[in-house]
Amino acid sequence: MATVLAPARAGGDAVATLRRARSGIARRRRLVAGGLSALLVLAFAARVLLGDFTVTIPDFLRILGGADVPGATYIVMESKLPRAILAALVGLAFGVAGAIFQAGLRNPLASPDIIGVSAGASAGAVVAIVLLDLDGFAVSAAAVIGAVGVALAARAVAGPDTGYRLVLVGVGLAAGMQAVIQYVFTRADEYDAQLVLRWLTGSVSRVDWPTIRVLALLLLVLLPATAYVARSLRATELGADAAAGLGVPHGRSDLLLLLAVLLTGAGVAAAGPVAFVSFLAGPIARSLNGGRTTLLGAGLTGAALVVAADYVADYLLVDINFPVGVVTGALGAPFLLWLLASGRTGRRAA
Amino acid sequence: MTAVAPVPDIDPGIPRQSRLVAEEVSLGYGDRAVVDDLTLRVPDRAVTVIVGANACGKSTLLRGMARLLRPGSGAVLLDGTAIHRQPTRQVARTLGLLPQTPVTPEGVTVADLVGRGRHPHQGRFRRWSADDERAVAEALDLTGTTGLAGRAVDELSGGQRQRVWIAMALAQETDLLLLDEPTTYLDLAHQVEMLDLLADLNARRGTTVVMVLHDLNLAARYADHLVAMSGGRIAAEGAPGAVVTEEVVRDVFGLDCRVVTDPVSRTPLVVPVGRHHQKDS
Repeated sequence: MATVLAPARAGGDAVATLRRARSGIARRRRLVAGGLSALLVLAFAARVLLGDFTVTIPDFLRILGGADVPGATYIVMESKLPRAILAALVGLAFGVAGAIFQAGLRNPLASPDIIGVSAGASAGAVVAIVLLDLDGFAVSAAAVIGAVGVALAARAVAGPDTGYRLVLVGVGLAAGMQAVIQYVFTRADEYDAQLVLRWLTGSVSRVDWPTIRVLALLLLVLLPATAYVARSLRATELGADAAAGLGVPHGRSDLLLLLAVLLTGAGVAAAGPVAFVSFLAGPIARSLNGGRTTLLGAGLTGAALVVAADYVADYLLVDINFPVGVVTGALGAPFLLWLLASGRTGRRAA
Repeated sequence: MTAVAPVPDIDPGIPRQSRLVAEEVSLGYGDRAVVDDLTLRVPDRAVTVIVGANACGKSTLLRGMARLLRPGSGAVLLDGTAIHRQPTRQVARTLGLLPQTPVTPEGVTVADLVGRGRHPHQGRFRRWSADDERAVAEALDLTGTTGLAGRAVDELSGGQRQRVWIAMALAQETDLLLLDEPTTYLDLAHQVEMLDLLADLNARRGTTVVMVLHDLNLAARYADHLVAMSGGRIAAEGAPGAVVTEEVVRDVFGLDCRVVTDPVSRTPLVVPVGRHHQKDS
């Protein structure tokens, strides 16, 4: 039965080759993380310092230190800085959530903003604000409930087999949620209507520090939990059977998806469903990373994308102030069409 | 090797012990029972091949033994303890599995994929260790895929890709390895190459191999212990020479055949009769 016996020990060559192959991947990952971080810092600096009211770096540092620079302090502390921070945080949340969905469901179309999870969060938020008269954490909670509700409904209708069925069901649910939002919109008084508008496209323009605090606290819990659970993604990416064979407990991939749903809910509660950020961030980060999924890269891409898009939305046309979601939507739509046209909507099985 | 269970006394020369035992298991999907009250003792350090017609329950049995399916009744025992009662990560350090259609993540390199076989050996926060490196290098070496280490898996040919997946399962360094039709989609030359590789592994490391195969002749060649299934039960098991007879093939596969001796391996070789040639036989 036995034929040739392979050498008892792998030679030094195999180890050296393996080290080379692995270090190449690690270097690429560090490069992507570093480059995207630098990009985020640049976008952030531009958003805070430039625009129609320019702030010098020394002034900015003095304002952060608590000094009162006439004119500048107010506009930095009440508009520019909170906007930039909120944009970065929601971008981070959406980017990570999108990459988890796309990798976990093995479909670039299966991001939370396309399969209705973001719309569910929006519907939860507008119902809480307009019909239940809630604010603060309660709105976040309502958004999270909406997101989880849609996710569970999509899973229940589509069945355990993910893939295109889940995407189709999700698109249907998203339309339903849009109808809920539109309906509530017609019931809102003028003040609420201004607020509710945010939940149609997503905007960071009407921001306050308490909103940022709530989101920051939620992310402080959710992101480390995600980083911990995401270790199992390396196995679950290989399919459910292979993951079980590698000793990943049953339900671990659902737990990771749940965390992504919570991230989406938290982000939507703060800034609305900033269109297509979840959908765009993962594939952009992946193509930079040699085609490999990177949650950190997706988060940084999402953050840089929203901060930069908000800058563009605010200053692209003089006197016209777009919500940030209009700009990200304009970027996302062509990408969606390209994805569909080039047929890259499913991964092959080995 | 803790649990000792007797194996039918038909495989001379093989240690009669079984770390992996399916005991009176019934397996199915929903209400539909596919495997019915079946007992199989997998002989240690041997190559066991499960064959049978389509829908006879052979893949279901393998999935049950790999704890992917929970038995409706009975139990799968690994080292004497029900496999579903053991922590799954601990099981994964003893029992490896190569599913029929694993998913290749986009852009993943050979080194990365094979490295993922180390998952059950890595602690909650423990990083890549020297032990991981040695295991992966050995797995690449054994499967002849060291030269592919830096390549993307989705760019490889079918035969290369299958060898890489085997390397991933080898990097897991388990004493037992289950494979669900490892030769699917491969041409004949690559099928033989794949089975040679697994036979080498069994001979060199003493790994207990259990696999489902479609091709009865290849199964007879490479099996130490052959299990023929029919209708969710074991129709015959034992050494290939005892199992592969004209009667068993007729019962299990519903096929009239002649069994001759394989001139190369001296194992039974099934020659189908078929309606078209019946007159001549």
